[in-house]
Amino acid sequence: MEKKDYRPMWKDLGLNLEGHDQLLAVLGKAYKDIYLSQENRPKGMQYLDFVISEAHGLRIEELIETKRKGNKVIGTFCVYVPEELILAVEGTCVGLCAGAEIGIDEAEKVLPRNTCALIKSFMGFKLAGLCPYIQASDLVVGETTCDGKKKAYEILNDYKETYVMEIPQMKTERDRTLWRGEIIQFKVKVEQITGRKITAENLKEGIKIANNKRRALQRLSALRKAIPAPISGLDALLVNQIAFYDDPLRFTKSINALCDELEDRVKKGIGVTKNGASRILIAGSPMALPNWKIPFIVETSGAIVVAEESCVGERNTRDLVDETGKTLDEMIDAIVGRYFKIDCACFTPNEERTGHILDLARDFKVNGVIHYSIQFCTPYSVEAYKVEKALQDKGIPCLKIETDYGMEDVGQLKTRIEAFLEIVKG
Amino acid sequence: MRTAGIDIGSRTIKLVVVEREAIIHSLIADTTHDPLEQCKRLMERASFERILATGYGRHFFETHFNVPTVTEIKAFARGAKTIFPGCRTILDIGGQDTKAIALDERGNVSKFEMNDRCAAGTGMFLEVIAKTLGYNLDEFGKEALKAQNNIQINSMCTVFAQSEVTSLLARRQKREDIARGIHMAILNRTLSLLKRVSMESDIVFAGGVAKNPCIKYLLGDVLGYEVKVPEDPQMVGAFGAAMIAQELDR
Repeated sequence: MEKKDYRPMWKDLGLNLEGHDQLLAVLGKAYKDIYLSQENRPKGMQYLDFVISEAHGLRIEELIETKRKGNKVIGTFCVYVPEELILAVEGTCVGLCAGAEIGIDEAEKVLPRNTCALIKSFMGFKLAGLCPYIQASDLVVGETTCDGKKKAYEILNDYKETYVMEIPQMKTERDRTLWRGEIIQFKVKVEQITGRKITAENLKEGIKIANNKRRALQRLSALRKAIPAPISGLDALLVNQIAFYDDPLRFTKSINALCDELEDRVKKGIGVTKNGASRILIAGSPMALPNWKIPFIVETSGAIVVAEESCVGERNTRDLVDETGKTLDEMIDAIVGRYFKIDCACFTPNEERTGHILDLARDFKVNGVIHYSIQFCTPYSVEAYKVEKALQDKGIPCLKIETDYGMEDVGQLKTRIEAFLEIVKG
Repeated sequence: MRTAGIDIGSRTIKLVVVEREAIIHSLIADTTHDPLEQCKRLMERASFERILATGYGRHFFETHFNVPTVTEIKAFARGAKTIFPGCRTILDIGGQDTKAIALDERGNVSKFEMNDRCAAGTGMFLEVIAKTLGYNLDEFGKEALKAQNNIQINSMCTVFAQSEVTSLLARRQKREDIARGIHMAILNRTLSLLKRVSMESDIVFAGGVAKNPCIKYLLGDVLGYEVKVPEDPQMVGAFGAAMIAQELDR
């Protein structure tokens, strides 16, 4: 089937058409090489292949259509932004592009060179005019998870209205009060830009949609505990990446269908790798679409990634919002409580995270952990030490990797990861 | 059975054939612009029943000949342990990589570190600086060893160090003293790598740079005990791979 010409739409959105064409060509090739070359993929992944192929096409058309109906699109970068409040007023929440080495020259005009790749990427995508999601957004929501993001949002705000939520740094009662205030403030902001009131009734619906999406992702995660694992780490990561921008109802349905298929595989003992493949947990910084670098190296070296202790992974899906609240206040409290549990490395102390990593290592029967930090991501890079130590105490091998989105260190990384897998195998 | 290990490095390709632990062939060639062709030439000169590839180029070799691979880390571990059974630490400085590897008492790798994207302190670095000073590689280490003074070199980046050396020469500093300074800079970098990984003896020094007498001397001087350098330090990886190939079951 001839693909639809989206160029007029992209032009209307103010994208840099020439650069955007190049981006799509590069992404298309990377997807083919990394994803479509995998063997024994579940059939349910065809839906995700389709979503990826239409990520800058059909999905953007849908966003424009919903805007035409008077609904709002809100772009985010972080799992702290409470999607429930946006869904309550028929808004669409989309994760913005931040996972490719794109527009770096543009980004470095406004940011220091030693800024983490994720921050440089979102700035680059905006300044080079390559992210249709940010172009289609009515508002961008940032958050104070790290100094780099916090200060970069001040600059991004010059190009696109960026509303910043203050994330506390500790988890005391005082911090909870601050966080509750931030959620209320965000509710006011959402009501203001949409012109719609958030009520107990519509928030209940918002909570349900977001929880159901998380339940589907939890189901996927649980299925990966099986030996052999029924789905590759790359495919599961893709599902978690797409969770941030696909239509939540359609996505939930498709992921549940995928899980039905995987359940059947598990029953029959069908896996995606050879027997005896080492099972790896990747822990650390987020892997935003299309950052597939580390799992790709791991899985082309004969091992399989069975879980991601990451914002694009467990950190986003672990906890549900309590659904028993009847009043608006009770529901807000439930949202505050749910998001306050997130164990981002921006918190101090952050013992919960180490505990979660040890739990995952045990529950998923992993043979080793790769701690992944984006270069210059101070919170995760520093926390890596404590994580490694806790794992060592339990006798679980750990490899610490710090890298950016560039490809020049892939050869070295492959050697390091293969040598780590040799150690894991014994 | 005769098994071969081929270690495809950034500067040279090494092929070792063993029968049990006895070395039958030990061959080396420059990597050049056409490493595959160089591999074929080396293989024509040796006879073996099975081959295992390691080194930077192991994956193209794997694709082309459909043979298994191991990392340099495992290959060096096996090679060094076979040559020096008391080996607990390996320092491998090759053409573009520096690696420190810690072994447990049975000879398994317990920890390792390597430089990630910069060639500072590697064989390539030595080559560039030797050329700037007008030495060939053999002379470079010998002359540095003879030097009376040590001129401190502040830069470890190949490009910056080269310009630093050029300006020292312009100031009429003695070239052997500059050479000594360069070796000291590599030593300091190497020591900090070893400190992070392991300093347990025996320390085996391998890779092409282990042929440099000055670095070997300086290491022993600082550590207070001699580091062990195999007779043919460049061949340790290929030898280790050949030894591992002895145990494969196919």
